[in-house]
Amino acid sequence: MNAITTEARTVLELRVNNHPGVMSHVCSLFSRRVYNVEGILCMPVAEGRESRIWLLVNEDERLEQMVNQVRKLEDVLDVRRHHADHEVFERLEELFR
Amino acid sequence: MLKMTGAQIIVRLLERQGVRTIAGIPGGAILPLYDALSRSDVICHVLAGQEQGAGFIAHGMARVSGKPMVCFASSGPGATNLLTAIADAKLDSIPLVCITGQVPLPMIGTDAFQEVDTYGLTIPITKHNFLVRDAAELLKIIPAAFRIAASGRPGPVLVDVPKDVQSQTIEFATWPEPGKPVDPPAPDAEAISAAARLINGAERPILYVGGGVIHSEAAALATMLAEKASLPMTMTLMALGVLPTDHPLSLGMLGMHAARYTNLALEECDLLIALGARFDDRATGKVALFCPNAKIVHVDIDASELDKIKTAHVGIVGDVRGVVEALLPQVWSTPRTDWLARIGTLKQTHPLRMPNANDPRSHYGLILAVARQLDDNAIIATDVGQHQMWVAQAYPLRAPRRWITSGGLGTMGFGLPAAIGAALAEPSRTVVCFTGDGSLRMNIQELATAAEERANVKIILMNNNSLGLVHQQQELFYGKRVYASKYRTHVDFVKIAQGFGIRAWDLDLAVDPIGLLAHELAEPGPCLIHASIDVRENVYPMVPPGAANKEMIGG
Repeated sequence: MNAITTEARTVLELRVNNHPGVMSHVCSLFSRRVYNVEGILCMPVAEGRESRIWLLVNEDERLEQMVNQVRKLEDVLDVRRHHADHEVFERLEELFR
Repeated sequence: MLKMTGAQIIVRLLERQGVRTIAGIPGGAILPLYDALSRSDVICHVLAGQEQGAGFIAHGMARVSGKPMVCFASSGPGATNLLTAIADAKLDSIPLVCITGQVPLPMIGTDAFQEVDTYGLTIPITKHNFLVRDAAELLKIIPAAFRIAASGRPGPVLVDVPKDVQSQTIEFATWPEPGKPVDPPAPDAEAISAAARLINGAERPILYVGGGVIHSEAAALATMLAEKASLPMTMTLMALGVLPTDHPLSLGMLGMHAARYTNLALEECDLLIALGARFDDRATGKVALFCPNAKIVHVDIDASELDKIKTAHVGIVGDVRGVVEALLPQVWSTPRTDWLARIGTLKQTHPLRMPNANDPRSHYGLILAVARQLDDNAIIATDVGQHQMWVAQAYPLRAPRRWITSGGLGTMGFGLPAAIGAALAEPSRTVVCFTGDGSLRMNIQELATAAEERANVKIILMNNNSLGLVHQQQELFYGKRVYASKYRTHVDFVKIAQGFGIRAWDLDLAVDPIGLLAHELAEPGPCLIHASIDVRENVYPMVPPGAANKEMIGG
């Protein structure tokens, strides 16, 4: 088992507007609820107008509330939930060896 | 083509939004905007004593009108002084558009004079915020700020505008449409029917209404629902005024300082219908023991409120007004005789005790004496503390948007500037600001603003020369170790108010206190009436912090 899959985890895929404050908005939601984000990946899409943010988070009873809060952000256009074995972080892990 | 500076664009967009009053304080980084504002024929500026005061003046205007209101502050300390008012608006869902000056774009991040990361600081306390990087963006951002502030669950929006963006001249073809609230989503018909079935099947239901009922202008509809289905109604601090306190179905305020019968009725209910309320800890007490026998119907425009504190049996995302409209035809008209008789018994056996209610020199007596001089058109503002809870318990509020108080954040210093804002928005009404000496000290500089604006604000200062609620908690829960909650000197508030140019009287010295109140409340313009309150008077009943609502002390 690798480090990513030892705990129950979820991958959140966010489609967001691409500007300098977006990452702050998203991360601040988690940090002010003392909710650790285990992994973050962000790349521009749609010719740079939007970004896709991948968040790897632990699953606990607050996750549902967290997702609801993320959906409320003005700059978040879409939220999708994936299982922790989503390939985006599995493959990224190779770079951290 | 139109050719204007960013500052001129902001002012014109605010005019087009219908903004007529802006509270604020100028400073270096916002001077281009103030220069543009000085040429406006329609917008009046209210110069506050401190930016927090400007923010709360905007609160007062927004809370009585329901519309987004605007305040200005400069960069750095101007912006940081505003933070408390913004956070207060976030917690009470008040629509504000706060516009701050910022150092010029090339200087951002250099620790420039009066530079602070206003954008970063306001992320957790705004509904949304913007840092404008080009004057052309203002044409989108300003209408968006008003749309966001007023849509769905209202809240504060901050727009940070660097000085060079304010001065930047751009050309553009047309003005954008003013920002308007977007229509709320249609509620789920299936959930509405499920809620109606629960209401129709309940034996001991209670309607629990919050600030959302005020925000969605749904007080009349909520009352119709209560009357049709014979639902006793309890109100949160934010919702006082939805149902007149003398209405037979009114249970008054619930929670920490509720009348005993209110919390006891909630103990017995088998269905709790929450409309635009968020199960705040001051309302619920220990959540696990709140309404222990009840199923829950929860209606809220903010989906994240459903199941946040209490899991609802039926959760409905929607505007309270739309939901109640849809619910009404499906809810049976029923007298619910047994339950209402039980409520009547609880009210009789566990009433709110108001000792000395006829003595205007006591706390409840003073509040009731003021109320007797006013009609339902008066607006009642409070600060935060014992006086706030006494007024919430005792004042006969009978209509929505007449009650202005800082609920979620509980900001001492809120009352005076918010009352000024209310008076500016509703110049034909009398605005009473009940305050305490601790609270008044916190924004006392706004006495000058009240005098300057000739605001029709009557300050009733209930002075126990201490931080009363702190004093009370130390006495009850900290072994009577009263510490740092009593002032050692006596401030002469009458003289201070007079020094600010405000009529002021000491009720303690009045031979005819009722006559003094009657005269001063009827006289236009601001005044202050000082009344000494015995520091040993506590707010009762009281649910100890963290305890269940049935564990009430006193009262």
